[in-house]
Amino acid sequence: MLKRVPAMLLALLLATGLAWAQAEDPPPVAADSEETLSVEESEIAIDTAVSPGDGMIAPSNIVVSDWPNDAGDALLVTFDPGSETGNDNFIGYTIYRRVQGTEEFEMVGFVELDEGTSFTDGYDPDFIVEPGVQYEYMVAATYFSGAEVSSEATAAQEVAIGQLYHSGKTRVLLGCVVFLGLILFYFYAAQRGVEMYLRPIAGIEAIDEAIGRATEMGKPILYVPGLSTISDVATIASITILGRVAKKVAEYGTPLLVPNRDPIVYTIAEETVKQGYMEAGRPDAFDKDSVFFLTQSQFAFVAGVNGIMMREKPATNFYLGMFWAESLILAETGSLSGAIQIAGTDAVTQLPFFITTCDYTLIGEELYAASAYLGREPKQLGSIKGQDACKGIIMAIITLGLLLSLTDLIAGTETLVWLKNIITMPVVD
Amino acid sequence: MKRTVPLAIVMVGGILFMIQYFIPHQYSQTLFNYYTEWAPIVGAFALVLGVGSLTRLHSHKIKRKAKNWQYSYAVLIPLFGIPFFALIMPQNLGGGMMESMGGDRLTQGVFDFAYMNIQVPIQATMFSLLAFYIASAAFRAFRAKSALATVLLFSAIIVMLGQVPIGELLGKWFPKVGLWILRYPNLGAKRAIGLGVGFGVLATQLKIIFGVERNWLGGAGE
Repeated sequence: MLKRVPAMLLALLLATGLAWAQAEDPPPVAADSEETLSVEESEIAIDTAVSPGDGMIAPSNIVVSDWPNDAGDALLVTFDPGSETGNDNFIGYTIYRRVQGTEEFEMVGFVELDEGTSFTDGYDPDFIVEPGVQYEYMVAATYFSGAEVSSEATAAQEVAIGQLYHSGKTRVLLGCVVFLGLILFYFYAAQRGVEMYLRPIAGIEAIDEAIGRATEMGKPILYVPGLSTISDVATIASITILGRVAKKVAEYGTPLLVPNRDPIVYTIAEETVKQGYMEAGRPDAFDKDSVFFLTQSQFAFVAGVNGIMMREKPATNFYLGMFWAESLILAETGSLSGAIQIAGTDAVTQLPFFITTCDYTLIGEELYAASAYLGREPKQLGSIKGQDACKGIIMAIITLGLLLSLTDLIAGTETLVWLKNIITMPVVD
Repeated sequence: MKRTVPLAIVMVGGILFMIQYFIPHQYSQTLFNYYTEWAPIVGAFALVLGVGSLTRLHSHKIKRKAKNWQYSYAVLIPLFGIPFFALIMPQNLGGGMMESMGGDRLTQGVFDFAYMNIQVPIQATMFSLLAFYIASAAFRAFRAKSALATVLLFSAIIVMLGQVPIGELLGKWFPKVGLWILRYPNLGAKRAIGLGVGFGVLATQLKIIFGVERNWLGGAGE
């Protein structure tokens, strides 16, 4: 094998060299281009002291309107431009504002010439717009030399008012209503005793098997509930699964290790594990030191957990919750220690690492579904069916869109324009 | 009582903030800001519990002379020593949190020294290990064991070569095909996962708001 290495390297270099030789040469660079640029730059530098010309006219027709869908903290100022927009020294418009009845104007913003003739007042935290306050505005055409040609002071036609409904979120509201309706429908269907089929998920079915393996080997189980806080839904889903795992572990009498990164998650995890032991009828078997806080520092936490893996050699590792860059370091170390590993996260960027290094991976939504699968409570199952129904609706819309797009492409029609307009309209935050 | 009060708070709070999302009015924003300002304060108090847990665990280990108990000193001494130097010790004796001017030159306190010369390099080392782990994980992932694994292997080769100059030298189509894989099949799969996650998050939140999911209550949940 070693003898082949130089030959392989040579072949690689040869292929690279051939490809390099075949590559087109870059087009020649014009020799005088740099010189031309420098001449232009010097001309601009000389011109900077020029004052406004004779034909200067101040901006006019200032119109102030309330910014829609906000907390009453922004106003939109529009105006007609001055007449010297072709002058190189004319750089833009300075916006001045004062509360009506006061003397002094203050500068609240600057609009460069290529940014149009409108300005949103209130975005700058140094110059906040108070709701219900009557302002006056003045716009000054501004030159590079600092000279300004100001408009008349104009009282704002509208005052800033906060809205009670965000009209840009109507589609989100409709989606929520449909989703909520479907979830509640399946909740009640499950309560009435309607039989619901759930497709088997290998990762969830392997949880019991993994606990059993650790019990047989007489080694502990390591459960990492992610590195995020309790406000992350993935952490809550993980804590729910931890409750089920703790109950099983208590029944089998297997040691459990739960290191935590977040102190609030630690307190909840401790209570959850304790409850699991109580449900299993073995509260005395609960070891307070089995659930512990390690550190809030991301890589220090990883170092701590990796140390536990290498020293304690757990037979089963669970990584369920939210993970970031540390996911691969954790899972690869676990893999090297010979443990069976079950991971689950909704972090799309970390999923490939878990899939590569773990025996089973709960992908995205499967993490949220796991507690329902394990508990088999009717309402929990109902929520999963509700999710599936929503996904069915989305799939139907995508399929319809695909068919209509193909029809448009073949027939040269535009049946999808209205749908495209709805979808591409941004949801304003 | 122990169960009803938290459930009621969550239900009222959950519905309130669900409605709040659609109301941009200043009162609604003030309520939201007020809540978000409180959350870190609660977290700071919980940190005391965390430190208590770590101290208890390691003092038990030392007391019982459990396996590797000596390492527990390596946790407990910096855990209390560093804050002592940072917060209590006077600056002229190496205390303080920042570099300080001692006469005409900067003097480094114990906290700053430990942070810059121990913690930062150790964290950087841990992060750097990721490069080696990626190499070993890639070796395992890209073995052509089945038809699908072979597709993955070739896709990965094309995408990786498409990202580097040598790929373009080997064939002009490498970057184009690599970009196509990233933009269409890969993005489609990512969006499908994202959609499922979105529905899963919503369903879990609804279950918590309506009291179907109670495990987050810990011992009070059942």
